[in-house]
Amino acid sequence: MSHHHDHTHDDDPARAEALRAEALETLLREKGIVQPEVIDAIVQRYAQDIGPMNGARVVARAWSDPAYKTRLLADGTAAIAELGFGGAQGEHIVVVENTDRVHNVVVCTLCSCYPWPVLGLPPTWYKEPAYRSRVVREPRQVLAEMGLTLDRRVEIRVWDSSSEVRYLVLPQRPAGTEPLDETELAGWVTRDSMIGVGLPQAPVTERADG
Amino acid sequence: MDGIHDLGGMHGFGAIRMEPHEPVFHSAWEGRVFAMALLLSAGTLANIDRFRHAIERLPPAIYLGAGYYGRWLRAVETLLVDSGVLRLGELDADTPGVRAPAASAPAPAGAAAGALRTVPHPPRFHVGQVVRARNMHPPGHTRLPRYVRGKRGVVTIIHPAWVFPDTNAHGLGEHPQYAYAVRFDGEELWGADAEPGTAVHVDCFESYLEPE
Repeated sequence: MSHHHDHTHDDDPARAEALRAEALETLLREKGIVQPEVIDAIVQRYAQDIGPMNGARVVARAWSDPAYKTRLLADGTAAIAELGFGGAQGEHIVVVENTDRVHNVVVCTLCSCYPWPVLGLPPTWYKEPAYRSRVVREPRQVLAEMGLTLDRRVEIRVWDSSSEVRYLVLPQRPAGTEPLDETELAGWVTRDSMIGVGLPQAPVTERADG
Repeated sequence: MDGIHDLGGMHGFGAIRMEPHEPVFHSAWEGRVFAMALLLSAGTLANIDRFRHAIERLPPAIYLGAGYYGRWLRAVETLLVDSGVLRLGELDADTPGVRAPAASAPAPAGAAAGALRTVPHPPRFHVGQVVRARNMHPPGHTRLPRYVRGKRGVVTIIHPAWVFPDTNAHGLGEHPQYAYAVRFDGEELWGADAEPGTAVHVDCFESYLEPE
């Protein structure tokens, strides 16, 4: 838009949203309903402390410790709590295991339910209509478009998170990772592999300059 | 309600657009709206079901155009107007998407910690049982997606009992029920248009299901 006039809303929708959010926070603060420092703390927690690195530790432990894997598949919430993870949107986690014959993928068609304590907040594509509408009807095509082409003999199970359950995919441990310890393995576990739209990947090694 | 939020199976939304190295929040206001919504929907003013229903009540064009945190922002505004905390006039008068108060907005009950409950009877259905999702179209909140209504499936997991969203969203009580993961084969859902070797597991509250 090249023209200017004094109605900010028309010129810059993002700015208008920011102002609208600010107006709401100001009103709630004036009424004593929210405190800015509480909001700051929540934002910081979800922006920095909670994310897929948590889920990666869970998966790496399951790959390294068969007894832990058994507990994880029997009671995901309790096994995940062993590593110190839990809380909002993780009150009841069910872990579904990928095998040579079955591939699992998670969606929430009605909103955007997602296991926050282990994956953090969902990426935009997970929340947008394209993924939510399509993955239940044409999961094979959707996964292929997202870079994951599965053998036609592999059954695809889509999990639509329509109740209080939050699903976490346990991806298969990649071949060739046998010598790695648990910490190294965690580097292979991607967010997308725990949603079911990708596979674990070798971590990008940091190259020394020169 | 059969709203725009109930997206499963719809055509026309195009390709999935992934953003490499996406930040958790794209703008500072998104994080603040996220935190405000979290505080309000877990507090005494509302509950998660009322919050979800406030999003569903957005006009469809706004639902699709506002983006995720834009929807959350408008839902928080709606909840605050519904519960009498804010008057419409207190918000910017020029805020499309803020709905008038619901006709019979009851005083919200105090939020309980979590939705898990115990019920004094065993689950009605067992693992392996063939069930059918009811053909129902309630005008209010429900967690039974349209694309499985009337369809036949098999119970694969019995979940615990939880607060029933369909009543809790409307201040009509918790009415806790068991939920079940029900497996619907692709062909049952989409007929000849289904991809071979695919199935969808949907979590269904007990009253959504009937024995086959």
